[in-house]
Amino acid sequence: MSETIAITLTINGESVARDVEPRQNLVDFLRDTLGLTGTRWSCEHGVCGACTLRVNGALTRGCLVFAVQLDGAAVETIEGATQSGSIADLQQEFHRRNAVQCGFCSAGMLLTADTLLREKSDPSREEIRDFISGNYCRCTGYQAIVDAVESVAARRKGGKPKTGKP
Amino acid sequence: MSNPLSFLDRPNSYIGKSVPRPNAKRLLAGRGLYVDDIRLPRLLHLAFVRCPFAHARLKSIDVAAASRAPGVARVFTAKDLAGHYTPWVGVLTHLKGLKSPPQHPLVIEMATWQGEPVAAIAAESRAQAEDAAALVAIDWEPLPPITDMEASLASGATPIHAAMGDNLAFTRNIEAGEVDAAFARAAHIVEEEYSFGRHTGVCPEPRSILADYDASEPRLTVHYSNQAPHMMKEIFARHFGVPEAALRVICNDVGGSYGIKIHVYPDDMTTVLASILLGRPVKFVADRLESFTSDIHAREHRVKARLAVAASGEILAFAIDDLTGIGPYSTYPRTSAVEGNQVVNLVGSWYRAKNYRARLRVAFQNKPPTTQYRAVGHPIAVAVTEALVDRAAEALDLDPAELRRRNLIPDDAYPWTTASGMRFEKLSHQAALEKLLKLMDYDGLRREQAALRKKGVHRGIGLACFVEVTNPGPAFYGIGGAPISAQDGATIRLDPGGSVTVAMSVTEQGQGTEAMVAQIAASALGLALDKVRVVTGDTERTPYGGGTWASRGAGIGGEATLQAAQALKGQILDLAGAMLQTPAAALDLAEGWVVDAAGQRRIALDEVGRAAYFRGDTLPPGVQPEMVATRHYLPRLYPFAFTNGIQACHLELDVETGFIRLLKHWVVEDCGRVINPMLVDEQIRGGVVQGLGGALFEECVYDAAGQLLNGNLADYLVPMAAEMPDIAVAHIETPTLESTLGAKGAGEAGTGGAPAAALNALNDALRPFKVRVNAQPLTPRRILAALGKA
Repeated sequence: MSETIAITLTINGESVARDVEPRQNLVDFLRDTLGLTGTRWSCEHGVCGACTLRVNGALTRGCLVFAVQLDGAAVETIEGATQSGSIADLQQEFHRRNAVQCGFCSAGMLLTADTLLREKSDPSREEIRDFISGNYCRCTGYQAIVDAVESVAARRKGGKPKTGKP
Repeated sequence: MSNPLSFLDRPNSYIGKSVPRPNAKRLLAGRGLYVDDIRLPRLLHLAFVRCPFAHARLKSIDVAAASRAPGVARVFTAKDLAGHYTPWVGVLTHLKGLKSPPQHPLVIEMATWQGEPVAAIAAESRAQAEDAAALVAIDWEPLPPITDMEASLASGATPIHAAMGDNLAFTRNIEAGEVDAAFARAAHIVEEEYSFGRHTGVCPEPRSILADYDASEPRLTVHYSNQAPHMMKEIFARHFGVPEAALRVICNDVGGSYGIKIHVYPDDMTTVLASILLGRPVKFVADRLESFTSDIHAREHRVKARLAVAASGEILAFAIDDLTGIGPYSTYPRTSAVEGNQVVNLVGSWYRAKNYRARLRVAFQNKPPTTQYRAVGHPIAVAVTEALVDRAAEALDLDPAELRRRNLIPDDAYPWTTASGMRFEKLSHQAALEKLLKLMDYDGLRREQAALRKKGVHRGIGLACFVEVTNPGPAFYGIGGAPISAQDGATIRLDPGGSVTVAMSVTEQGQGTEAMVAQIAASALGLALDKVRVVTGDTERTPYGGGTWASRGAGIGGEATLQAAQALKGQILDLAGAMLQTPAAALDLAEGWVVDAAGQRRIALDEVGRAAYFRGDTLPPGVQPEMVATRHYLPRLYPFAFTNGIQACHLELDVETGFIRLLKHWVVEDCGRVINPMLVDEQIRGGVVQGLGGALFEECVYDAAGQLLNGNLADYLVPMAAEMPDIAVAHIETPTLESTLGAKGAGEAGTGGAPAAALNALNDALRPFKVRVNAQPLTPRRILAALGKA
């Protein structure tokens, strides 16, 4: 179990080289080895979406991939997306509409929402609900999240931001 | 001094404004600090070995191999912990007759549920601890489990705990008015049996604890994902013999709690003991399977219920018989009798009928303990009451809304005492009903329903009126001997730059406690919101108080904040008056300034702060500034501040598959003074969805052997975005007159009423088929069975 394998990958744009145990999943690697605690584990079997991040641009469950599989990959976490400002509009709208309560699902939810808007610029409410249905939130009841994503979609398209009350 | 109420109405007041939560931004940036994010030197990780049987005798346990495994610091079994703690017993003296045996951190001889911890391994990493856990060799003698509630109480049933004599943990009877006479003169009697499955909280952040014992002082610091840090400090002091002054409990960010993180768990007690015995920090975070088998569960009730109604539509009487299973122990310190007690207290209580009979029986069984979870007892009481009312309307051939209109407690009839003895200060059921019917276009939906039925589309409309227990006083727990504070406190300090720091004993798990406190302090002190810093969740840095549970944050913590802010304001104006040689009564605070009666700016708050702290030499002789004030608050006139509301669920049923599609949900509720409408609405919405989860999807499924069959999130279904409807929320504001602020709670309302609305909507959709489903969760299988298609 203690045998390690060397990997080199890009985390939030920076090259990282580490020796990892083959059984260590990406979430534990990020949190325990690199100290990137913004990615959270919750179910550890790929259902709840709390550990959602992007690997080579694609939404990925961090608990379902091993770090050792990611030699050469590019990983983007909530820390990176925050630092780059690429999801600042979503973060601002989630804040304005209180689409966050305990905050445990937020990292995964934001990266999922951002990925949806990259893939489809004007999703309907049903499409938003469908796309984020792999991300479990126990606090909000989802409506504020749907409102926030809908609102940012309009703004990213250059349309008028949704003026409905937050 | 100004009128104490005037700040509420000022143009710059934050009261009643939907301001975003100042402390939510860092959560969105991935900067939250949950227990598992804390890294301490020499930290050890704990993993548990749990009993795989629902009922078993521990014959032998061999930890030799586990102790030698890589990274292992120590393996603990019950005998290693003996003598280092006192056991705990989940009883309260005001729940007369409630019994429960002593509980211990690890199984000593008898294991009584699948998942009960029997050994704990402390190792350098969680993975190493789990590796070693697999090496613990245990010889179990499985015993016949009792999982069924009826079987538990059947005559001749073997007691789960021999010392308890039988499996009846608690029973209570209520007899009010002339029940038999009411049923005798009824035009219609409706009768039904309702059942409610076991479900659990499924907190996104599992239960997490990091105990750090430093033997040198000694000092015990516990970082805890918990709702009630002061209570847990008292409990650790009581049971581990650690001096109160040596203890500190810190709750930073908490990733969801909903009542799950307020009970004493053997895992958590073991973790603290492991730290004490090792003299090192020890962390335990439950994984998801452990959460399902060792978090508290809730509900599991079977209620036989009857309602008597006159031909006039007057509801004459309710009679219920509630049987609930609580697992093998009553939880500590809140007990597991409270949910059933709430059910019998609340059934029928928002209607005028005062003839009421109730029996409650609380049974031990070999499943995990059940106890308080969001909306304790309300979902059962509301569903039973409101489903009976719908049945009565059907029997009378009357519209369900009309029957409610005729029987709700009139809005001008308060104060009101219910058949079970609950006291309502002032509620607004009638106004709420009319507002809801208008909001949802009830008549229009009924017409649409009738038209669609002809086309084979089956939609249902379900109404659910309800009351909600909030702002509980000591009558809830303290009176029965629990170390649970019903009062809370705020300390507010003016800092030299003109901002304030508020230390608040109510805690934050995402509800918006800190925002609510900041809004009140800012409004009372005439400050911008960004001049207020709120500190919560630390027994060493906040006043003593109960924390967050039973929807008490705004009503109790908010009022303490208001009173502390007003006291600080008086101190600031006294000092400013001395500096300006003006009577303090002629001064006020606005926009960061001391102003005069005409609103003219006289001196900036930072000038006052600097004078107080840095230039005391410039102050008149004898003036000693006190720029900090503390106030505590406890409601005294009413044991609880009841709120009220009504919900409606609109759904479409596919009668071929049994699948329900939720179309829309409406809520009108009255939580008194609304401090932040957005946060209240979001509490309601989140609560509704949590209630809909229990009503439609969620159940901890056990087989007859007491084995959990769905301990994962693929098989235990929680509400996800695609299944949930948009939820319209509207308010009526009937402030409690007991406090200046007038706020009541809003955290339970959504969860309390939603299951009843869904149940009634489903049975409304099923009406043409003359069948009903009365067992929650309302699964497609049950619906198809009712339709004769399963």
